Amino acid sequence: MVVTFSFWTQNYLDLDTSFTLANYREAWTDPLYRELMLRSLRISLIVTIVTVLLAFPIAYHVSFHVHQRKALWLFLITVPFWTSYLLRVFLWKVILGYNGVLNSALLGLGLIDEPLSFILYNANAVVITLAHAWAPFAILPIFVALERIDRSLLEAAKDLGDGPVRSFFRVTLPLAMPGVVAATIIVLIPTVGDYITPRLVGGTEGLMISNMIQVQFGKANNAPLGAALAVSSMFIVGGISLLIFFATRKIGRGGAD
Amino acid sequence: MLDTEKPHARTIIDLDGVTKSFGSVQALKGITATIREGEFFSLLGPSGCGKTTLLRMIAGFEDPTTGTITIDDKPMAGIAANHRPTNMVFQSYAIFPHLSVADNVGYGLKKRRLPKADYKREVEQALAMVDLGGYGPRAAHTLSGGQRQRVALARALIMKPKVVLLDEPLSALDKKLRDQMQLELRQLQRSVGITFILVTHDQEEALIMSDRIAVMFDGQIEQLATPEELYRRPVNQRVASFIGVMNFLGAQATGSTDTHVSLDVQALGKIDIPHSGLPKGMKPEDIHRVGVRPEMMTILIDGAPSAERIVEGEVTETSYYGDMTYYSVRLNGLETPVTISMRNTAGRAVLRPGETARVGFATDSIIVFR
Amino acid sequence: MSNRRNKLNWLNVYAVVYMVFLYAPVVLLPIFAFNSSTIIAFPLSGFTTEWFGVLWTTEALHNAVRNSMLVSVSTAIISTVLGLFAARAVARYTFPFQRGIMGLVMLPLVLPEIIIAVSLLIVLIQLGLSLSLWTVVLGHVLICTPFSIAVLSSAFRGLDPSMEEASFDLGETHWGTFRRVTFPLVMPGVISSLLITFTISLDEFIIAFFLTGTDVTLPVYIWSQLRFPAKLPSIMALGTILLALTVVLLILAEFFRRRSATRRGLDASTTEGLI
Ligand SMILES: Nc1ncnc2c1ncn2[C@@H]1O[C@H](COP(=O)(O)OP(=O)(O)O)[C@@H](O)[C@H]1O
Ligand SMILES: [Mg+2]
Repeated sequence: MVVTFSFWTQNYLDLDTSFTLANYREAWTDPLYRELMLRSLRISLIVTIVTVLLAFPIAYHVSFHVHQRKALWLFLITVPFWTSYLLRVFLWKVILGYNGVLNSALLGLGLIDEPLSFILYNANAVVITLAHAWAPFAILPIFVALERIDRSLLEAAKDLGDGPVRSFFRVTLPLAMPGVVAATIIVLIPTVGDYITPRLVGGTEGLMISNMIQVQFGKANNAPLGAALAVSSMFIVGGISLLIFFATRKIGRGGAD
Repeated sequence: MLDTEKPHARTIIDLDGVTKSFGSVQALKGITATIREGEFFSLLGPSGCGKTTLLRMIAGFEDPTTGTITIDDKPMAGIAANHRPTNMVFQSYAIFPHLSVADNVGYGLKKRRLPKADYKREVEQALAMVDLGGYGPRAAHTLSGGQRQRVALARALIMKPKVVLLDEPLSALDKKLRDQMQLELRQLQRSVGITFILVTHDQEEALIMSDRIAVMFDGQIEQLATPEELYRRPVNQRVASFIGVMNFLGAQATGSTDTHVSLDVQALGKIDIPHSGLPKGMKPEDIHRVGVRPEMMTILIDGAPSAERIVEGEVTETSYYGDMTYYSVRLNGLETPVTISMRNTAGRAVLRPGETARVGFATDSIIVFR
Repeated sequence: MSNRRNKLNWLNVYAVVYMVFLYAPVVLLPIFAFNSSTIIAFPLSGFTTEWFGVLWTTEALHNAVRNSMLVSVSTAIISTVLGLFAARAVARYTFPFQRGIMGLVMLPLVLPEIIIAVSLLIVLIQLGLSLSLWTVVLGHVLICTPFSIAVLSSAFRGLDPSMEEASFDLGETHWGTFRRVTFPLVMPGVISSLLITFTISLDEFIIAFFLTGTDVTLPVYIWSQLRFPAKLPSIMALGTILLALTVVLLILAEFFRRRSATRRGLDASTTEGLI
């Protein structure tokens, strides 16, 4: 539906339903859209990497070092996620702002002389906020993968003389890979399309493609172009996800041989 | 088979050419059998041979691909499980965890809308029957494995079905409890007089409990007989080695008279078998093997009791079981050793590996195979 | 040995720091809700419950709450009923194109919400339907049903298929079996599905933003208020109430999940089903 729509043209209030690729030409060639698209991708990739890297030790901790209260830990990890997304993002704005919580704390402690300004209204703020918002989505798949690892394999590795570090890289990490891949894809896809975060904490240089899609559907009143942008970003993200999926599978196989 | 048939027993279940395919897998390849009213009938066979599938078709959970199932003279095609006069004891027992023991047992009765007092009495009777009197108010999920099994049984029996179907009901219990339940189940079946069909892969269990056993392999009934007949006269090598232990020896018919077939058997020499010893339809030239049970051979010690025939061999292994000793003996002229079991009666010496054994046997204990 | 100790400690420290990161915004919410200053910043000036009082007198908020309740309750019921059928079908039967169909149903789980919102908007425009709370419900059902299926599938997976067969074998009808055995046994799953879909719907912004007509839901209302600094403290108060409500609902959901685990004779502390 969106796909067909993206081939049409908007003439003010009417829709010209004849087939056209003009929307796509515009979506792919206009420097503004291209810049936005690339920026969205760049930010999402960074968010994904940061989120997964931050999530892994927590998942590892809960899976391997927590014995009695695993469910409680998982519950605590998911609670913040269930509070209003809108308010969470807004509160990051409060935390990161010029007179925000972080700056006042750092100033108060005498660690800095004047407020840091590079942490709000730019891509950094978007990355921090999204890494927070999608944390449980990264932790849970990795946790599940870690839980599935047969503990006797690790003992076997130890038995064969591997130290903790070696056995981590040779046994734990490869076996946890499916979880890491799942986490990567789960985080990557929705973050590309996130609207609230860039809008609230991204400033102008943190704006992303979804904000433009919304503009096209709203103020600019060019829904077909918006649809073309949506479809294009979908395809790019889908392609990257498949790429990640198959690349890691290949690596996984190569390692196993 | 005919000699054991009770003339008064009527047929309760008739299976006629029943087959079942799951996609390309043919789970049952044509089952024809009759099950008699009031008997304890077992379906015995290795895992995957189609026992459960057959039982579930009798219960009405699956439909046969071809063939007909008749229960109590009524063809069952198109009749769903909830309208059949059968009740099942599931392998997992399928006790409803959210109900009390009494509500589990009375589950099926609720549909019959009995007066409250009758309902209570019936449930209590059913619980008493399986030795669970007073357990009614207990929550089902607090029961032990053996108790769950009894509840499942009471829940089926209270429906007064024509046939109770049991799918490996004892396999989840430990050995001791299983032995005890085997006897109890058998006694219970006798006292209620309802036909039981038991699915099991445990040959010992089937032998102990059943009136008749259908031995199944690969979706077919290989032999249907009483436990004794099955043990004494297995129709083929597969059945023979599935039930108990059997030593096989190569054999060939060398001649035939009016009364006997003469066989030349590896290691044992010339043996005459009466024609009645041949399974129905088998010709002398079909015979390629004979079988001897371990307990049908005797190791003669100190020249003591004589036997009909005696051969010699070397003991290669001795396994002492307390009441019994199992010997592996390589008979002269034979590569692979045979197994011989001996009861350890007072004063009987146990031979060591390397010693020479004189092995005696009776020619009428020989079973012929194709 | 000492190496191992160090690693453990390091991980513990990290875990604590990470939890602080996770909870930082959540903790600020009630702090500012009770702060007497109208400016959302430190230092705090004093304690007040004034902002909660403001909520009582804001008519637009009450409308938004009413709309949100309507949308969330409808969404929870519809998607749980759909999830019940789908989970039951997947657990019991195999049907042609099963994987394909289920993949399609679960797709909204991995699609950016803006894509779903845009797609639905276009479909609705094409069908000539006017936007209303019901179009929001439609969108929410689309994103909530996959969650409902996931929760209920795990409930059905834990249900021994011979339970239903046993009931049927004892003379019960299909419907009677569902009523007397299946439903009571998956009941905890149904309740947690209702709670989870309700919570998701209550919090969802983008779809509601795109698909609603003149009636706004709570998150859309909050969005509109974020622009006015004077309104912020009362929004914080509102957020605090929502937070408390959500935590209660989640604890309830967890309670029911555990009860179902105990009923099935499992160790209640297992994480199975939570994920
Ligand atoms: N629902 C089913 N779908 C596909 N194959 C089945 C199904 N049920 C049983 N089978 C197959 O039919 C064969 C017989 O199974 P079953 O009756 O359970 O054996 P048994 O109870 O003797 O172990 C097996 O090969 C099994 O894989
Ligand atoms: Mg079976």
